[in-house]
Amino acid sequence: MIGTVTIQTLVTIGIFAPLVGAAIAGFFGRRIGDIASQAVTTGLLFVSCIISWIVFSQWTWGGLEAFTIKLLPFIHVGDFVSNWSIRIDAMSATMLIVVTSVSALVHLYSWGYMKEDDSRPRFFAYLSLFTFMMLSLVTAADFLQMFFGWEGVGLASYLLIGFWYKKDTASAAAIKAFVVNRVGDFGFLLGMMTVFWMFGTIEFAKFFPLIADKAGTGWEFLGYTWSALDLAGLLLFIGAMGKSAQFFLHTWLPDAMEGPTPVSALIHAATMVTAGVYMVCLLSPLYEHAPVASQFITVIGGITAIFAATVGMMQNDIKRVIAYSTCSQLGYMFFAAGVGAYQSAMFHLFTHAFFKALLFLGAGSVIHGMHHEQDMRKMGGLWKLLPVTYATMMIGTIAITGLGIPGIGGFAGFYSKDSILESAFASASSGHAVFGMFAFVIGLSAALLTAYYSWRLVFMTFHNKAQWKEEEGAAHHDAHAHDDHAHDDHHHGPLQPHESPWIMVVPLLLLSIGAVFAGMIFAPHFIGHHEAEFWRGAIFTAEANHVLHDSHSVPTWVKWAPLIVTLLGTFIAYWLYVVKEGAAKEMAAKKGPLYTFLYNKWYWDELYNVTFVKGTKALGDFFWKIGDVKIIDGLGPNGAAWASLKSAGWLSRFQSGFVYFYAFVMLIGVAAFLAFAIFTWGA
Amino acid sequence: MPHILSIVTFLPLLGAAAIIAASLLIKGDKEAAAPAARWIALGTTLVVLAVSVLLTAQFDPSNTAYQFVEHMPWFAGAAYHLGVDGVSILFVLLTAFLMPICVIASWKSIEHRVVEYMVAFLVLETLVIGVFTALDLFLFYVFFEGTLVPMFLIIGIWGGANRIYASYKFFLYTLLGSVLMLLAMLWMAHETGTTSIPDLKNYEFGAQAQTLLWLAFFASFAVKMPMWPVHTWLPDAHVQAPTAGSVILAGILLKLGGYGFILFNLPMFPLASEMFTPLVFALSVIAVVYTSLVAFRQTDIKKLIAYSSVAHMGFVTMGIFAGNETGVQGAVFQMLSHGLISGALFLCVGVVYDRMHTREIAFYGGLTARMPWYAAIFLMFTMANVGLPGTSGFVGEVLTMTGAYQVSTWTALIAASGVIFSAVYALTLFRNVMYGPITNPALESITDIDKRELLLFVPLIIGTIGLGLYPNAILDITGPSVEALTTAYRAAIGG
Repeated sequence: MIGTVTIQTLVTIGIFAPLVGAAIAGFFGRRIGDIASQAVTTGLLFVSCIISWIVFSQWTWGGLEAFTIKLLPFIHVGDFVSNWSIRIDAMSATMLIVVTSVSALVHLYSWGYMKEDDSRPRFFAYLSLFTFMMLSLVTAADFLQMFFGWEGVGLASYLLIGFWYKKDTASAAAIKAFVVNRVGDFGFLLGMMTVFWMFGTIEFAKFFPLIADKAGTGWEFLGYTWSALDLAGLLLFIGAMGKSAQFFLHTWLPDAMEGPTPVSALIHAATMVTAGVYMVCLLSPLYEHAPVASQFITVIGGITAIFAATVGMMQNDIKRVIAYSTCSQLGYMFFAAGVGAYQSAMFHLFTHAFFKALLFLGAGSVIHGMHHEQDMRKMGGLWKLLPVTYATMMIGTIAITGLGIPGIGGFAGFYSKDSILESAFASASSGHAVFGMFAFVIGLSAALLTAYYSWRLVFMTFHNKAQWKEEEGAAHHDAHAHDDHAHDDHHHGPLQPHESPWIMVVPLLLLSIGAVFAGMIFAPHFIGHHEAEFWRGAIFTAEANHVLHDSHSVPTWVKWAPLIVTLLGTFIAYWLYVVKEGAAKEMAAKKGPLYTFLYNKWYWDELYNVTFVKGTKALGDFFWKIGDVKIIDGLGPNGAAWASLKSAGWLSRFQSGFVYFYAFVMLIGVAAFLAFAIFTWGA
Repeated sequence: MPHILSIVTFLPLLGAAAIIAASLLIKGDKEAAAPAARWIALGTTLVVLAVSVLLTAQFDPSNTAYQFVEHMPWFAGAAYHLGVDGVSILFVLLTAFLMPICVIASWKSIEHRVVEYMVAFLVLETLVIGVFTALDLFLFYVFFEGTLVPMFLIIGIWGGANRIYASYKFFLYTLLGSVLMLLAMLWMAHETGTTSIPDLKNYEFGAQAQTLLWLAFFASFAVKMPMWPVHTWLPDAHVQAPTAGSVILAGILLKLGGYGFILFNLPMFPLASEMFTPLVFALSVIAVVYTSLVAFRQTDIKKLIAYSSVAHMGFVTMGIFAGNETGVQGAVFQMLSHGLISGALFLCVGVVYDRMHTREIAFYGGLTARMPWYAAIFLMFTMANVGLPGTSGFVGEVLTMTGAYQVSTWTALIAASGVIFSAVYALTLFRNVMYGPITNPALESITDIDKRELLLFVPLIIGTIGLGLYPNAILDITGPSVEALTTAYRAAIGG
C-alpha cells in the first residue's frame, strides 16, 4: 500500500501529464519537430497510464480509500461553489485506466497511422488535450468541473473530426458533432441549474446525501409541477444522450468517422461517448430515486441498441459499421443503468473500451493496408495479407458478440453483455416489469443483429474472393481531397494490401489481451462477489434494488439465450456472405423498402436537414430581412424621418452637420440642467 | 495617491492636449506629427493602465461603500463627486486595459488625420472612465452623453463607405433615449433636492414615479446595450467603424447600458424593476435567440460578430434583472468578459481586413493553411464566444442563466438554447473563413499575423483564459458590492 500523500501526488501528475504534452506539442511542435512532439506526448501519456494502473490496482487490491484533492477554486458565488478538484473513487479509478490505456495505445498506433501527415504535432497535441479533458471530466467533484471536461472533450472531438480541415465533409461533420452535442449540453445546463436551486449545491459530495429527502416532492418548471428528482434526472440525461449519441441525438456519431481512425477508436468508441453512461452511473443516488427518469433511460437505451444495430447491418463503410455498433452498445449500457444495474453498465463500458478500440484500430490497419479504401465491398480475402490484423479483429469480434459458454467463460463482452441481459430480465420480475422485459427482449434481439453485422464485417473484409485488383489504386478522390495534408501518401501505384508496421500492430495485440481477459479477471469485482468491496459506495443502489443480485439467479434459458441468438446471427452472416457468396449482394441490389429504409439510417439526417437545418436558416433569414430590415428599420430610422430628410434635401446638410447637431443637443441638455438647478436652488 | 480618481479620469485628456501641442510644434506636412501622436497616445494609455492597476490594488473589496471618494461642491447643489465600488472599478480597469490595445491596433491601419484620431480616442477614454467614476447625476449625464461625440467622429471620419448612414442611425436611436433620461434626471433632482447618486439610491421614490423614471432610464440604457428591438444601429455602426472603434464600441460603450441599469434602475427603482422584469426577460431571450439566428445568416464577418454581441448582451440584461447575487454577479462578469472577447474578435476581423480590405465571408476560406497562428487565435476566441468552459465567456453565461432560473424557468430555458445557436453561427463562420481548400487566388500569398498583432492578442488571451479558469479574481472584487445591491433590492421588493 502506497502512502496517501504519494498517491495524491502521483494522481495529480498523471492527470496533468497529458496537458503538459499537449501544450508542448501544440505550441512548440514546429520548433522541436515531429518526432520530438510525438515522443513527448506519447511518453507523458504512458506515464499517465502507469500511474492510473497503480491507482486502480491500489483501489482494487490495495485498500486505497476514496479521496478528493482540491486544487483551486473555480467559481464561488454564494452557494454556487465549484472547485478544481481530483476525485478518486471506484468510478473514476475505472475510468482512469480505460481512458489512459486506450489513449496511450492510440498515441503509439498513430506514429504509424499518421506517418505521412505533415501536421503530426497538431494531431498529437489534440489527442493529449482530449485525454486531459476526459480525465478532468471523470475526476470532477462537482457538476461545473464535469461540464468543463464535458465540453472540453467536445472541443477536442470537434478539432479531431475536422483534423483534415480542407475536406468539406470533415469540417461539416465537426460542426455537426459540436452542435448536436450542444443540444445535449443545453439539457445538462438546465439539469445543473435545477439541482442547484433544488439542493443549494452543485458539489456531488454535498448533493448526494440530500437526495433521498426530496423523493416524492414537486418542483415548478415551465409552469408545471414535476416530480423533482425525475425532472433533474431527465434534464441531465439529455446531456448524456448528446454525448453518448443516443436515439434522436445520434446523428453526429457516424459522421464523426470523418476524423482519422485512431481518433474514432479513442474518442468515438472507447472514451468520450461513454461519458454519458459514466454520468448516469455516477448519479446513481439520483436515478435510484427517479423512477420515471430511469424508465426513460431504459426506453431510449433500448431503442438506440436496436435502431443502431439495424442500420449497422446495411452499411458498407467499415468505419460506419463500427460506429453504429458503438451507438448500439452504448444503448445497452444505458438500459442497464435504467433498470438499476449500474455495475453492469460500468462493466460493459470497461470491456467495450478494449474490444471496440481494438476493432477500430483493426479497421484502421485494414484501411491503411488498403490505401484508404473504406468500402468493404471493395475488400475481401485480406486475411492472408494482413494476418495479425485478421487475428486480432477476430478476437475483437468474438468479444463484442459476447460469445461464451455460461458457467464456463468467454471473452470480455460475454461477461458484461450477459450481465446486462440477465439484469434486465431480473428487473422485469422486481418492480420494473414492463421496462425490464422491454429491455431484455430488445437486448436479446440486438444481440442477434450484433453477431450478424460484426461477422458480416469480418467476412466481407477478410474472407471470400478479393474484390480489389492489384493493378488498380484505391479510389483516392475522397481520402485525398486534403492535398498537402494527405496522410500516408505512400504507394500511389498499384494496390498491394499489406500488413501494418509493428508500431500499429503492438497496440492491436495489447488490446487483444484486454478483449480476451478483461471480462474474466474483473467480473468478480465489477459485478460478482466482490462487487460491494470494489465499488465501496461509488454506486448507490436503493434497498429495494436487487437487480444485480437477482441477475445471478435467472432461469437457465435466460443464461443460454444470448449464446443461441449470437450463434444464430453468426450463422446467418456466414450463410449470406460465405456459403452463398453474393446472396447478400443480390438482396441489396433489389433495394427493397426495408433495405432502403435501413440503409438510409431511417432517414434521420434527411428529417433533421429539412426541419432543423433548413428551419434555422429560414428563420434566420426571416428575422434578418423581414424583422430587422423591413419592420424595425422600416418603422424606425428608415421610415418617415429618413424619407423626408432625403426628399427635402436636408440630408446633405445633415450629413456633415449632425455630429455638431448632437453636440448641440447635448449642450442644450447641459444648459437645461444648469438653468433648472439655478432656478430651483438659487445660485 | 490623493485624487487618484481624478488623475485616472483626466490623464487621457492631458495626453490629448500633449498631442495637440506636439502637432503644433512639429513642422512639416499634415502627417508629420503622426508618429509623435501615436507614441504619446500609447504612453498616456499605458500610464492610465498603470494607475488603474494601482487603484485596483488599493481597493478594499470587503468595503461596500464607495471608495477613493472626491467631493467638491460645484454649483447649485451639483457637485464634482467621484467614487468607485467593486463593480465600477473593474470597468475603469477594463477601459484602461483596452485602450493601449486600440492604439496599437490603429498603429498602421490609420494613416490620415492621425493626430485627430488619437485625440478622439484619448478624449473618449476620459469620458468613459468619467462615466464609471461619476457619482453625481449631472456629472454622469455629461460624461455619458459626451462619449458619443468622439465615437461619432471616429465612425464618421475614419469609417467605411457607408459611415454617414451608420452614424445617422446611431444618432437617431441615442437621441431618443437621451432626451427621456435627461427629463428623468431633472425630475429626480427637483423631487429629491439632490444630485448625489449614493443619496438617490437611498431615496424611496413612490411606486408610480418609479415606473416612469424606470422607463425613462430604460429607454436610454436599452439603446446603449443594445436590447432587442432597438439594436439595429449596432451592426451598421460596427461595419463602418475602424477596427479600434469597434473594439471600443463593443468592449466598453455597450457596457454603459448595463452599468446604468446596475447604477440606476435596480437600486433606485426596485419596485418598477420587479414589475418590468418580465418585459426585460422577454426582450433578453428574444435577443439571445433572434439575433443568434440573424448572425447565422450574415455574409459580412463584422456584422455577424456585431449581432453576436447583441445576443451576449441579452444574457447581461437577464442576469441584472434576475436581481439575485448569482444573476448580477454573472451579468457584471459577462460584461467584462465580453469586453475582452468581442474586442479580440473584432481585432481578428481587423487582421484579415488590413490584408484583403474586405469583410465578405465568401471572399475567404481555407486560411488555416496559410495562417496557422491566426487560426489558433481566432479559434480560441470563437470558442470563448460560444461560451466554452475554461474561457471567461462561459462563466457569465452560466451564472446569468442560473440566476434567471430562480425567477423564471422559461427564461433560463430559452436563454440556455442560446448555447446551441451560438455554436451554430460561430463555428459556421470559422469553417467558412478558416477551413476548406484555398479557392480564392488572392489568398495564396496572405501572411500570418506579425509580432505587433501578436502583441495585441496576448493580453486578451491571458485575460480570457485566466478569467475562465479563475473567475473569482473578478467575482471576489464585485462580490460584496453586488451582494449589498441584491440584498437591498430583495428587501425593497419584499422577497
